[in-house]
Parts: sequence; structure tokens; C-alpha cells
Amino acid sequence: MLLIEELKVEVGDKEILQNVNLHVPPGETHILFGPNGSGKTSLMMTIMGFSGYRITRGKITFKGEDVTHMPLHERARLGIGVLFQRPPTINGLTTRRMVELCAGDRCVDVDQLSSHLQFDNFLERDVNHNLSGGEIKRSEMLQLMAQEPDMVLLDEPESGVDLESIALLGESINTVLNRGIKRNPSCQKGIISEKPKSALVITHTGHILDYITADRGQVLYKGQLRCSRNAREILKWIHEYGYEECVGCTV
Amino acid sequence: MHSVNDKTIVNLSDFNSRAEKNEYAYIDSLEAMEKTDADEFVKVGIETDASLRAGTFIQKDNAVVHCSNSSDGTDVMGIAGALEAFPWLESHVWKLLSPEKDDMTREAAQSPLQGFFIRSHKDVKIEKPLQTCLHIAQDKFSQKVHNIVIAEENSEVHIIAGCSTSPHLTTGLHIGVSEFYVKKGATLKYTMIHDWGENVFVRPRTAVHVEEGGVFISNYISLKPVGSLESNPVTYLEKNATATMNSILVAGEGAHMDVGSVVELNGEGARAEIISRAIVAGGTIISRGHLKGNVHGVKGHLECKGLILKDGLLHAIPELSGAVPGVEMSHEAAVGKIDRREIEYLMARGLTEDDAVSTIVRGFLNVDIEGLPEELAQKMDQAVKDTEQDMM
Ligand SMILES: Nc1ncnc2c1ncn2[C@@H]1O[C@H](COP(=O)(O)OP(=O)(O)O)[C@@H](O)[C@H]1O
Ligand SMILES: [Mg+2]
Repeated sequence: MLLIEELKVEVGDKEILQNVNLHVPPGETHILFGPNGSGKTSLMMTIMGFSGYRITRGKITFKGEDVTHMPLHERARLGIGVLFQRPPTINGLTTRRMVELCAGDRCVDVDQLSSHLQFDNFLERDVNHNLSGGEIKRSEMLQLMAQEPDMVLLDEPESGVDLESIALLGESINTVLNRGIKRNPSCQKGIISEKPKSALVITHTGHILDYITADRGQVLYKGQLRCSRNAREILKWIHEYGYEECVGCTV
Repeated sequence: MHSVNDKTIVNLSDFNSRAEKNEYAYIDSLEAMEKTDADEFVKVGIETDASLRAGTFIQKDNAVVHCSNSSDGTDVMGIAGALEAFPWLESHVWKLLSPEKDDMTREAAQSPLQGFFIRSHKDVKIEKPLQTCLHIAQDKFSQKVHNIVIAEENSEVHIIAGCSTSPHLTTGLHIGVSEFYVKKGATLKYTMIHDWGENVFVRPRTAVHVEEGGVFISNYISLKPVGSLESNPVTYLEKNATATMNSILVAGEGAHMDVGSVVELNGEGARAEIISRAIVAGGTIISRGHLKGNVHGVKGHLECKGLILKDGLLHAIPELSGAVPGVEMSHEAAVGKIDRREIEYLMARGLTEDDAVSTIVRGFLNVDIEGLPEELAQKMDQAVKDTEQDMM
């Protein structure tokens, strides 16, 4: 689904990513660990095509298409969706309207989607205006549900979210990915019959792993992905030994 | 590149006060109006379905072509007729404004009285809005009106005031003197929608007096080209009176707008809010606002936000003056461009760059104008969409 080869990225005149190689096959959820400032967000922004992230080497392929220099909105239309950690406020644009925009030509029942996320009370509010950490994440998930991307990039979905809403959030991630066990049994058949979607989930704390199922984990350290193995295992290593030691075992 | 030269000066001899075609046929019913007229009026908020309005006043050049009133408890008349009918009204003319204020007021004071008189009677709450339209149809015409609005004690009224010109005009002048009286506990909402034309000079001179506990809400919307507009209404607030002044301005190439509000807070508990959104797309906007706290226990906020989409000039002049301790006033002014992060956020949801920019511009102009009738709100929304298409 997503293939990144020898990616080198500069922000300003600083090299953030040196040589990133990553493959997320269709239907798999990969977890991206890494200390603060290691470049996780930068990698995600580069995959999506945001300005300010200059690719100096390497290639990004999505669904077999070279998207390395493709405009941002075309990548979105091709099926990449992002959950932002700190999205901007857009004054005068209601979240309801935003969700409709995310759906493009498709029809969405915004009220129904938002009731699943307990977001009803915020629909008429300007996008991201005065929202708490958890509300921002739910707003982002709501937009992704309407957008229906084939691959989602989630940037620290658990950050700033209290324990109660993290389960809700995890459930909505599973819905978007067609994974997990749903509380509503009528949808069960749909989930089994539909192929799961791909995901790259950035996490610093690893808390989100209690709610979603991960196929693999990677650690971004000093501009490179240092290891690739079971995500929970990596998390244990990091807890036990810290990042430095953990990446020391790199093969 | 941009000079503030001729645009600010009105040369009265360039305009003609006499209507050449004196007679415009009186319009008996709004539904039966000629399409050419209706199109001109509708774009500035005039509703041709009379059942949606409590009353209507339409003046074309210097002729009153329609005046009707379907609600009890209101007066809707030409000002000349009103002065004949109500001798007491004389004392309300040139009371809040001095004819000696400037050349424009002097010119208006010397001209025959035209314009409208609207009054909501004591304790009457008028549910549907009233509407007025002042239209210039004759080339180089100088339209001079003197409007008086009185909201009597504890009454409530919303007036939608449209102004427009015919498309063929090379130039024109509108001098509009307005004196509004909001009596004790009354609410006057005044929504102006203007579509003047490229070389038209517009000089409103407005003063508003709001008595104890009264509420004055002014919405000023000018999205279409205007040659030169200079408007700086003054509102005087007594004890516990409030004023909200919203303006939404767009200046395309060639437009010169000098628009602001002055609010004098003269009684304890008075509150005022001045909010403006200005978009410069090649033209000039001078966006003013002045809150004067003259007694203690008053509060005011001024918010002036501007976006520059195409080279021009956006000059925000927010002013606060306090004369005594115990006044609480603040202002917030921002002039800038659209944040790249916002554009890309929308693009990440699949919008093209152009669509992202227009969505943001529309949001910027989307000041919640409370109490705008649904059909008009939709019309404004469409106008904003059109505007933003014209600008890109
Ligand atoms: N727009 C930017 N301008 C300059 N430096 C940046 C910018 N964005 C990120 N950086 C720097 O790049 C590095 C990686 O940041 P980031 O990708 O946010 O890391 P992470 O998400 O792993 O915490 C940090 O040193 C950060 O300061
Ligand atoms: Mg980050």
C-alpha cells in the first residue's frame, strides 16, 4: 500500500530524515515509535505532501503510484487520510460543513457519524475552535470517517485524551480501518467481509496499543527507522531500556 | 501605487440633482413589479413576496415608487408626507446631526426632503422585518435623502435597508442623512445591504441615539464594487443601552471604502461592540472604529479583522478613549493573509487549493448576523460565494 525508499527530508535547512525505508502492506497497521523530536510528525507530513518538508532523495509510492511530488489534495483523493495532532482552527467554518467537505461527492449522515463519536454538541462550532485535546481527536476521526481513506496516518491519537474517551477513539479507529470487534453486532458481517485498511500510527506513549491491533512496529531514531518487529514487544523494550538501548539492537 | 486622491473628494458639480425622467410609474404591488426593477432591488435584500415583510418603502432617484405597510403599530412613509402628518416630527430633523457638519450635510439640508420615515409604536414588537430600498437609476444623479427612524419605548423592529444603482451608470452620488431614535427599552435592528456600482460616490451621515436599556444592532454589508464610500455613523448610548455594529466589506479593484463606527458610551452600564471583517482584493479599505467611554461602568470591544488577497490597502484604525476610571474597553485588530496551514489542512481532506482558499474566505466573512431572515441569510451566503469567485 505504502512504500518509502531511501527517503531524505529537510525542514528549513535542517536534515530531519536521513534514510527512511518503510513498507506498509495492504490491510496492515504499523506503529511508529520514536522519542520527541525524532521526526515522526515530519515523516507523516512528508508522506502527505505538506509544504516545508523538502524531499532531497528517495521515493514515496502509494498504491503503486509514485506520489513523491504529487500535490497534497491529489494524495488525499488517492486515499491517504491524516489525523493531525494539532490541527488549525478555521474561523467561520462549522465542523458539520467540514465533515461534508471531507465526504466530497459522497453523501454522509453527519449526525449519525457524530453520535457514534459523541461529538453532536460540537458540530455547529467552528472547526477546532476551543476544543479540548480529546475533542480535537474525535473531530479528526469524524472527518476521517467521512473521508473514508484507504490508508490513515494517525499522529499521536491518544495525546491529550482522557482514559474514558480513549476507548471511544480506539473504537472509531477500528471502524475506519474495518478492524476489531464492534459493539453493534449488526455491523459485524460488514467488518468481516470488508478488507481492513492500512494504517501508520505514531505513538510516543504506546497507550493506544491497548485499543487497536497492530501488525508491526518501527522505531524512528536519528533520522532512520531502526527496527521492525512486533509493536508490543518494541514498547516493552522501550519501557525497559529506553530508546537508546532499544535501537542498539538494530539488525 | 495607490493614492487616496480623487476618490475621497466629491465634486458636487459633477452630479445632477434634477431627475430628467420625473415620472416613474408607481408600483402597486411588489409581486407585480417589472423584472428589471425587481432584479435591482432583490440583490440588495428586497423581498418581493410582500407576505414576508411588515412593510416596504422604495425610492427610485427622487421618486417614491412604492410604500406599503401591512402591520399595525408601524408607520412607513416618505419623510415629506410624515412631516405633514406629524408636526412633532420636525423637532427630530437635524437634531442628532448638524447641517453644518460638512459639505454633504449642507448639500442635503438645502435640498427638498426625501427619504423615509419609519416608526414602531410603543410596546409593539414587529415580527417580520420592514424593508427599504433607495435606488439610483439615472446617470450622474445625486440622490439626497434624509431618513428618520423611531423605535418607540419597548418596541422591536428590524429594518432591512437596501441600496443599489442601475448597471449602466457611469457615476452617481448618494448623500444619506439618517437620524435614528431608539427609545427606552426598544430594539432597533438595521441591516444594510449595499450594491452601488463602480464609480458611485456614497456619503451616508448617520447618528443614532439609544435611550436607557435600548438596543441598537447595525449590520453593514457591502460586497459589491463601490467607487467611493465614506461612512462613519455615531451612536450615543445612555444608561444600560447597547450597540452592536457589524460590518462586512469587500474592496475589489478601484474601490475606496472608508468605513467605521463611533460609539459614545454616555451612561452607566452601556455596552458596545464593533466588529468588522474587511477583504481587500485590489482596492482600499480604511476600517475605523472608535469607542468613547465617557462615564464609569461602561464596557466596549472592538474587533477589526482584515484579509488582503490582492495588492491594495487595508488600513485598520481602532481607537479607544476613556475619560474616567472604571471604563473597560479593548480592541483586537489583525491584518493578514490566509494561513498556509489552514489551506493545507483542507487540502489534506481532498479540496483543491482554490476550493480551500474560497472555503476559508467564506468562513472569514461569515460573521453570524443574528436575526437575519432565512431567505436573506441564504442570499447573503450566495453573494459571499459569488464575491469570492470574483476575487480569485
Ligand atoms: N516547521 C519546522 N521548522 C523547523 N523545524 C522543524 C519544523 N517542524 C519540525 N521541526 C524540527 O524537526 C524535528 C522533528 O520534529 P517532529 O517531526 O515534530 O518530531 P516528532 O513528531 O517525532 O516529535 C524537531 O527537531 C523539530 O524541532
Ligand atoms: Mg510529533
